[in-house]
Amino acid sequence: MTSPLSDTTIFEAKDLECIRDDRVLFSGLCFTVNPGEALVLEGRNGSGKTSLLRILCGIRLPESGQLLWNGEDIFRLGPEYHEHTAYLGHKDGSKLDLTPLENLRVARGFGKAKAGITLEEALDQVGLYGFEDVPTRNMSAGQQRRLAIARLLVTDAKLWILDEPFTSLDRKGIEHMERLFEAHLQSGGMAAMTTHHRIGFKEAVKLVRINLSER
Amino acid sequence: MGSPRYFYHVAGKMIPWFAISFLLTLIAGVYYGLFVAPPDYQQGESYRIMYIHVPAAWMSMFIYIVMAVAGVISLVWRIKITEITIISSASVGASFTFLALVTGSLWGKPMWGAWWVWDARLTSELLLLFLYLGIISLYSAIEDKRVAARAISILALVGVVNIPIIHYSVEWWNTLHQTSSVTITGKQAMPTSMLIPLLLMGISFKLYYGAVVLMRARAEVLERDRNTRWVRELVEGEIK
Amino acid sequence: MSTLSLTSAFTLLLKRDLVLAYRRRAELVNPVLFFVLVTAMFPLGIGNDAKLIQAVGPGVIWVAARLAALLSLDTMFRSDFDDGTLEQFMLSAHPISVLVLAKILAHWMITGLPLFIAAPLLAMMLNVPSDAIPTLMLTLVLGTPTLSLIGSVGVALTVGLRRGGVILSLLVLPLYVPVLIFATDAVKTSIVGIPTSAQISILAAMLIGSLVLAPLATAASLRISLS
Repeated sequence: MTSPLSDTTIFEAKDLECIRDDRVLFSGLCFTVNPGEALVLEGRNGSGKTSLLRILCGIRLPESGQLLWNGEDIFRLGPEYHEHTAYLGHKDGSKLDLTPLENLRVARGFGKAKAGITLEEALDQVGLYGFEDVPTRNMSAGQQRRLAIARLLVTDAKLWILDEPFTSLDRKGIEHMERLFEAHLQSGGMAAMTTHHRIGFKEAVKLVRINLSER
Repeated sequence: MGSPRYFYHVAGKMIPWFAISFLLTLIAGVYYGLFVAPPDYQQGESYRIMYIHVPAAWMSMFIYIVMAVAGVISLVWRIKITEITIISSASVGASFTFLALVTGSLWGKPMWGAWWVWDARLTSELLLLFLYLGIISLYSAIEDKRVAARAISILALVGVVNIPIIHYSVEWWNTLHQTSSVTITGKQAMPTSMLIPLLLMGISFKLYYGAVVLMRARAEVLERDRNTRWVRELVEGEIK
Repeated sequence: MSTLSLTSAFTLLLKRDLVLAYRRRAELVNPVLFFVLVTAMFPLGIGNDAKLIQAVGPGVIWVAARLAALLSLDTMFRSDFDDGTLEQFMLSAHPISVLVLAKILAHWMITGLPLFIAAPLLAMMLNVPSDAIPTLMLTLVLGTPTLSLIGSVGVALTVGLRRGGVILSLLVLPLYVPVLIFATDAVKTSIVGIPTSAQISILAAMLIGSLVLAPLATAASLRISLS
């Protein structure tokens, strides 16, 4: 594991502009995320938080501006950039007809597999021990969300892009997931996230806050 | 041409020129075609519908190619004006295709004794009409118009790759199944007196397309940029 | 551990789709059932004239195959789009066009292969002479993957739309015409006993062409649909 200090990975946005349905959601947006830091997006509904996260993923194109991963344009990097990212969107991205284990196997195959963690251990970490072979369809919404979070753990992605990661989780679950995110950041990871929930990180984690409706 | 505002003003100045030269070539072409050109020794007077049918068929292909070229430019450089060109051209292209079909069918009635014959050209035109309609309906179904423009760019490209194959296959099919059919435009060289009005009409149709596509593109630019300052100022100026 | 090789990612996705299809195996029959039903309707519509049925047989089989392919086309990306797994493909460390090819292959194995197996039976029902059946099978094995490949572009463009079905058929059916023409022509020619290598080569060329171009166009279209 690289130490946060020696790691010089940097994720930058320069002058991002996003237009949806002929309406400017934001423009001139700049920020920098370093290892160990989390970008937290705030703003009312419809202010463009999800659109921004989808731009960060490289799914959506910005109207103008650049996103640089270590100084290189992410849209030019393509799959090379995606090796370093994991995305948790509104939709869980799991197949209901597959078991959690099968879902994780596919997820790991699509990204860069992480050394030193088995799929079972990842399920255990999100509190799904014993659910390995239950069809995902039969699990509750909260459990399905946990499975989606387990997907983040099995790949070696540095940048986690999280869109309302705590949806359908109970209070205990939220606390538990916060510990996981914290551990990711402490080990030199980065995150970009939106949440309505106030994040309670125990350790000192540098949060880069951007409020999209007050710009 | 990059900025919509610049385009709006330049296009506004160009439209009258296109419109006037369209009218002049149209009058000349119609006069030549109907009164000067001699009747055909086989088809008599009915061949004169060619002066609409053939240029319309040319336009149906020409506009599709324009759309595909604009599609490549939009996909690679994401230029707004070319995106707007595609959708502004689509319905004009569809209308020309429809015109080619109707005139072809009118022309076919005295020649084949039927309103519709599965002639290779007509069948290709019909399929082309479907391609145009596909582009128009896909564009109207996607709500975010910038996304829609990129989607139809791809569709126009896929179409332009397929059109030669479709045309070739239809011709193959036609020669096998309808060896007896008469081709509309004879293979023999056309006398110059018949050719001149055809070329005049061809130029006239292209000028018409130029004028109409600019008008439609201007309207589209205004609608897309309705939230920007320059459009507001423009509209306020008009009201005063 | 690191990134999977491209081939393993391809097989992983192919396997996933086949497993998913197997878990919903009751739905596998639907395209074939549709294919058989449409074909069986034709003789009822045109009358019990053996000569006439034989004359239209190859065309009917191909039109029905085309409609069955169209009907099942929409399922290619639909469920992946709905549950968010399609987004995850877009963020994969592998080129999207290769993953798209795996999905198209899986889709063809699930929906196209059963048509291929049912076709000889239907050909016999329509009085297609048994000498022409190998040619029919050959056209199906070359033609139906082309239909899936071309169709994938249309599906990718319409997957985000609520009522994409009608638009999909408008986009895709005109593009299916060349395959239809050369395939039925090959079968008809072989009934008469003339060699069909020209048509077969053209069908093969169209398959290769679409194999190269369609995944790229589909990947680009999916990106647009998801943005």
